[in-house]
Amino acid sequence: MSYLNSLDIHQFRNRILSISGEDVSKCIQCGKCTAGCPISPEMDVQPNQVLRMIQVNDQDTLLRCSTIWICASCQTCSVRCPEEIDIAKIMDSLRKLALEAKIPLGEEKVVKFDEIFLESIRKRGRVHELELVMKYNLALRRPFKDAQLGPVMFSRGKLRILGHKIKEVGKIKEIFRDSKRLFKP
Amino acid sequence: MTESSHDENIELMTYAEVVDVKGFVGNFDVTIRKKPRYVDLTKCTGCGLCTEKCPAKVPSEWNLDMGMRKAIYKPFGQAVPNVPVIDKEHCIFFTKGKCKACQKLCPAGAVDFEQEEELVTKKFGAIIVATGFTQFDPSVYGEYGAGKFKDVITGLHLERMLDSSGPTGGHVVRPSDQKEPKNIVFIQCVGSRDESKGRPYCSRICCMYTAKQAILLKDHYPETQSYIFYIDIRAAGKNYEEFVKRAQREYGALYIRGRVSKVYEKGDKLIVRGVDTLAGKQVEVEADLVVLATAVVPQPDAVELAKILNIPYDQYGFYSEAHPKLQPVESVTKGIFLTGSCQFPKDIPDSVATTGAASVRTCEILSKSELILDPKVAFVNPDICSGCLNCVEVCPFNAIESTKVDGRTVAQVIPTLCHGCGNCASTCRTSAANVSGFTDDQIYAQVASVFEILKKENLLELSE
Amino acid sequence: MQVGYYPGCSLESTAKEFDLSIRAIFQEMEISLKEIPDWNCCGASPAHYLNEELAMALPYRNLVKAEEAGLDQVVSPCPACYSHLKHVHEEVIEDSHLSERLQTIVGKGYQKGVASKHFLDFLKEDIGLERLKESLKSSLNQLKVVSYYGCLTRLPGVKLDDLENPVIMDQIVEAIGGEPLDWSYKTECCGASLSVSRTEIALRLVRSILEAAQEKGAECIAVVCPLCQSNLDARQSDINKKYGTSYKIPILYLSQLIGLAQKLDYTQLGLDRLIINPRDLLVGKGILEK
Repeated sequence: MSYLNSLDIHQFRNRILSISGEDVSKCIQCGKCTAGCPISPEMDVQPNQVLRMIQVNDQDTLLRCSTIWICASCQTCSVRCPEEIDIAKIMDSLRKLALEAKIPLGEEKVVKFDEIFLESIRKRGRVHELELVMKYNLALRRPFKDAQLGPVMFSRGKLRILGHKIKEVGKIKEIFRDSKRLFKP
Repeated sequence: MTESSHDENIELMTYAEVVDVKGFVGNFDVTIRKKPRYVDLTKCTGCGLCTEKCPAKVPSEWNLDMGMRKAIYKPFGQAVPNVPVIDKEHCIFFTKGKCKACQKLCPAGAVDFEQEEELVTKKFGAIIVATGFTQFDPSVYGEYGAGKFKDVITGLHLERMLDSSGPTGGHVVRPSDQKEPKNIVFIQCVGSRDESKGRPYCSRICCMYTAKQAILLKDHYPETQSYIFYIDIRAAGKNYEEFVKRAQREYGALYIRGRVSKVYEKGDKLIVRGVDTLAGKQVEVEADLVVLATAVVPQPDAVELAKILNIPYDQYGFYSEAHPKLQPVESVTKGIFLTGSCQFPKDIPDSVATTGAASVRTCEILSKSELILDPKVAFVNPDICSGCLNCVEVCPFNAIESTKVDGRTVAQVIPTLCHGCGNCASTCRTSAANVSGFTDDQIYAQVASVFEILKKENLLELSE
Repeated sequence: MQVGYYPGCSLESTAKEFDLSIRAIFQEMEISLKEIPDWNCCGASPAHYLNEELAMALPYRNLVKAEEAGLDQVVSPCPACYSHLKHVHEEVIEDSHLSERLQTIVGKGYQKGVASKHFLDFLKEDIGLERLKESLKSSLNQLKVVSYYGCLTRLPGVKLDDLENPVIMDQIVEAIGGEPLDWSYKTECCGASLSVSRTEIALRLVRSILEAAQEKGAECIAVVCPLCQSNLDARQSDINKKYGTSYKIPILYLSQLIGLAQKLDYTQLGLDRLIINPRDLLVGKGILEK
């Protein structure tokens, strides 16, 4: 059994503080975040538990959980927290740390979707929704997911078949190339 | 209260308020406004006929608007003196010029619409402030629906319902449809322990009264089930911990650890969406009645009164004690004492204890003809004083007044009020104001001797 | 009156009817919409954790383009787009390092002169209820509408309305002759982009919203977000299949409801593009002729 304080007990808390500006030491674990979270029933680690794990340096569990990926960023936790901790922002920071750690992620589907999303922007300047969904389904090897929606959407004129490319799409590619993952002041 | 009204050494002035305080410890001049109750105290027998026959009905403040009172009324059953007062703003005679039923019916002829307010100024040696507390308004929590959903009430509302002389005759019912509730949810720490609402403190009394209410409910209505959402249980008093355990073990109250995020309506019920942090999941409870344990806050005019009394108060409006550990019943201003929840939330044994302590402290003042003071007080040399009176402005204790010496205006320190803080001394440009033992000359002399020693021992590094 | 317009990616495809109806009602109220030339995607949700600088550079470019086109105000129909534009604008004012960095990445400087508005607050504050009422040629005949705000009021940087109990949309619904019903699910999450990656979660959430709306007797739900509209509208049949329910509640953009009260054309407002067909409801309430 390794000791809780084998490493500096505030290490993870300090890391999160420097990335997000949020101090989890303020959290008294009242649980209001979990109480109001719409995704709580599907989360493997509850929002208040996420903050608890940061307080006790449990990086391993947190960076591998699916919670941080299925968080919908609805901000309900952040606006109701009595200590005014921006929990949604902390979830965001944990996503960044998880990617940096290059470990198997708790919910690959979300990252996959988001990466294809960004790639669509990089190539066109805007998201081409049909292409996004098709590529995503292919990547997940479920080419027929939501297939019944396709014809319905198409018949209502809600599916643009051809994507639009903005004029300065070259500039967009440059912006992608030059933007760094973490902004350092 | 009745005992004190009959004690020959106590003059009870009810329906009166302090409007001005001048002077200092041992010599306070207090101006009191005695408001007209329009009923002659000396004639009224307390028969209650006037209240019975009065046609004007007004929502009752005592019953938190859950019932009505009359325009001529006693605020509550055990009020002292046993004499009603007329609410000028709702009395039909005062507002419309008609009625006067109370006057016509009073067998003692005690109703007097001509009564006027009286201002009296009296001398007092000491003042004890016991202005108490009020409830935090929970309607700022949009997510709880207080003020919007009828069946979301506060602990005080439930208290009035449990009282057999209350607006519902002791029956606990849902305000929306007057039916008896089966599932009752208590939410603790509403307004307390909340930085975002500006009150990070614990209100101290709520854990205990919630447990009491859960016990009483189960006792009167065996079919009910109480659910209590808490963060921590504060039961730090004699037999308090055992009391809370009884609520859980013998009266079936289910304690759920976690704050509630939202209360919403579903049909005629309320759904309370909270969390059980110990079990690690979100929970929803279907409730008939939701009771909020709201924070203890100072009275709305607490700050106004503090300014009249010239006593300091903290960021929440609670009056500041002279020392948080060693002088809990004394305010910073000498001669003024604090007791009860106006200083900080207290329960009954605490209030009784602090009141006893404050009373004895006043005896210290009243039993002597002279007071011994700390000599480290300020003084003003009238010969050097230019009469600019800047020191009067900066004195936090109102301890400096302007006076005339040889026809010139100069400042003068009132030693009994002075705390020796030195604000005046540092403000005074002519060095006329000084604190005894710490005059400018004395301090310069100390600095000069230190420099001498340093020079002698070659420890002084002088720059070019 | 002229104002800048930032449609956002969804309004070109799945939320086409939002774009159509906004253009139609603004034209009716004689407000000219000037689309930001060659605008790019705002970055939406993926950017801010995958690449922080990109998340700010993308909206920054739009602000630059808006300024170049002489616009000092931009209206965004999509809450996410609106939040990003507003947030970046405020951040570059506060943080000069960030401002410099973004200028380097995007290649042009932003002079901090573009005010970002959401369609809702532009309606309420800049157009005003009075002017809106003047533009009406008809009424919604007390159509029972519940207003669904989603997470709009809580987005970072947004100070639009009361967080827990917003009323702007309800006020507008009332102004155009509808009956706004009060309900407890105004700001409950619709599942957002989880609709694609974790569909079962979105189905659960949308089901609760539909249930709450139906319980109050709502005849339709008014929305102001492309993602909310998509989740609530397109997923109703999936929900019925999964839960054995039979929901058929039309989900209309607020701009479409306004357009109906202005007696604009059905197709012009994009009403034929909604998955749950509102025609029968509207005819039944006398808002549309048969």
